[in-house]
Amino acid sequence: MNNLGKYLAVKKEKLILRSLTFFYIGILIIFPIIALIFEAFQGGVHSLWQNIFSPQALYALRLTFFTALIMVVINVISGTATAWVMVRYNFPLKNIINSLIDLPFAIPTVVTGIMLVSLYGPNSVVGAFLGKRGIEIMFAKPGIILAILYVTFPFVVRTVQPVLMEMDPDMEEAAKTLGASSPMTFLRVTVPTLLPAILTGAALSFSRAMGEFGSIAIVAGNIPFKTQVASVYIYGELESYNQQGALGLSVVLLFCSFFVLVFLNLLQIWSRRHEKKQ
Amino acid sequence: MGIIIKNICKRFGDFIAVDNVSFEVKEGELVALLGPSGCGKSTILRIIAGLETPDSGEIFLTGKNVTTLAPQKRKLGFVFQHYALFKHMNVEKNIAFGIEIQKKSKAEIKSKVEKLINLVKLQGYERHYPDQLSGGQRQRVALARALATETKVLLLDEPFGALDAKVRENLSQWLREFHQKLNITSIFVTHDQNEAIEISDKIVVISKGRVAQIGNAKQVYEHPNSKFVASFIGQVNVVDAVVKNGQIFVKGANLELKLPAKKELKNGDIVLLVRPEDVIIKKKGDNTRDLLAIIKRIHYRGNHYEIDCLVNGMELKLIEYKRNVFQDNWKENQKIFLNFRTFRTFQAEEGHQHLHRKLKETGYIE
Repeated sequence: MNNLGKYLAVKKEKLILRSLTFFYIGILIIFPIIALIFEAFQGGVHSLWQNIFSPQALYALRLTFFTALIMVVINVISGTATAWVMVRYNFPLKNIINSLIDLPFAIPTVVTGIMLVSLYGPNSVVGAFLGKRGIEIMFAKPGIILAILYVTFPFVVRTVQPVLMEMDPDMEEAAKTLGASSPMTFLRVTVPTLLPAILTGAALSFSRAMGEFGSIAIVAGNIPFKTQVASVYIYGELESYNQQGALGLSVVLLFCSFFVLVFLNLLQIWSRRHEKKQ
Repeated sequence: MGIIIKNICKRFGDFIAVDNVSFEVKEGELVALLGPSGCGKSTILRIIAGLETPDSGEIFLTGKNVTTLAPQKRKLGFVFQHYALFKHMNVEKNIAFGIEIQKKSKAEIKSKVEKLINLVKLQGYERHYPDQLSGGQRQRVALARALATETKVLLLDEPFGALDAKVRENLSQWLREFHQKLNITSIFVTHDQNEAIEISDKIVVISKGRVAQIGNAKQVYEHPNSKFVASFIGQVNVVDAVVKNGQIFVKGANLELKLPAKKELKNGDIVLLVRPEDVIIKKKGDNTRDLLAIIKRIHYRGNHYEIDCLVNGMELKLIEYKRNVFQDNWKENQKIFLNFRTFRTFQAEEGHQHLHRKLKETGYIE
């Protein structure tokens, strides 16, 4: 009897802890998602569709998507290169530069926006100089890319850096003794080893850029069919009491995040595909 | 037309890793670079491969000066201690890597890879990835990969260092066999004297970045040219002695033991190096001709016993094989008599205690 009592007590404890966890995650994460989807579909699929495919919403989505894509390409190259330099070379102030990499995460994105306007805005020296030569950065598309580059910079660096540190230099040396030139060694040995980390960093920064609001709102403004991205569009719709319009793009962004999440999980499985299965 | 290394020097900062090293490897030879860890043997191998640049000196591969040639162009196979397999490629792809770079036809690559897989006995593992193989299998893939480019020179850096004793033994025997079969010239780095003795044609003993001795296993073991070589290759007893009128007397014995001197020796202190298997143990002896000793400890070693004896505070190690009914004969704390079958003499400029301590510090003896 005593044993059974103990068993039940343990079972009870497990049950309580488990329910608490479920409950917490439910309230915090799942319920808001359900609420959003519920609200969005309340007006019917047709009206949701119309909201998403309105020219202005579609433009905002496309702009968000393409600027994020350009950012990802730049980030993959610059992030991998930065990680490479940080791991493979020694130079003065390396530690300080290494901690500077995380700064974009620590700075509030609104502040990031204001910093960029201060530097590149039409009233600043740099902005005026570029403006005279017909190069517009602030309140234009390059500004959006600049802003999301800034806020997502650490992602690729911080995912690639540890993998590069752990990577055995033997592998690259082996390729060399087998006759592979340096570029070939890089492409056939180094890049495949780093690829899962690079893709993870790329996906994380893409996801982050899709939802970036603060810095873009300040840097690019809210000009429909020019600089209005998805998150700014959603905010604008809410401001003008058009909740349905806001819900449409919110659902789209939500699904984008889902896709990135699924992609990251598949990436994990894929990068471990060669590990012992027995 | 093998490998010639001429006056190679290499520093890392203040540390002299390789100090004026020269040696030659004849075509078809299997040579061991043997030395304690940190003696510079791996650096020498990496310099031959072109993975390190020497500060001075020259390297000739099959008659050609390759000192300034990039590793890609030296056309040699290199096997790393930790395999260095390409983790994202399966066994087949790993082996094919070097051949693919040579831009051979697909059919040729395929047949070559197949042959190599047969050679290293990995049939059925073609599609496995390195993480799915055992250590011994991985090292065989690494060997096949290094041989794939049809190199005539194979360099192996502690090739069996990371493997279990049994696997290591099998693989080293197997290396010996296929080295002969393929008619290649090989250098392998090891800190394991047994491995060097077992499979090499020639041993280059390295100490502190310098060549200590070059010779075949028998020469190096039986005729070491220095105290270092004697104590690094095999176990050795260091015995203080003194020469008087061309005769050797062991110090520390109750009586000064007279030993036959083989060559003309100057009067003064010397050091005798005696292999444990060259110490003769006797129950009865003569105080004037044998050393009186006490058995301190008997270690069981499977096919033999190791016996630690004390001779007036000096410790001597000896080996007894189980050919005689030993275990009944000898007991700890028993009084016995010792003699030396053979020994080597060296100048005693450092003195026995000092030398002994030094050897211990550097880890050459326990």
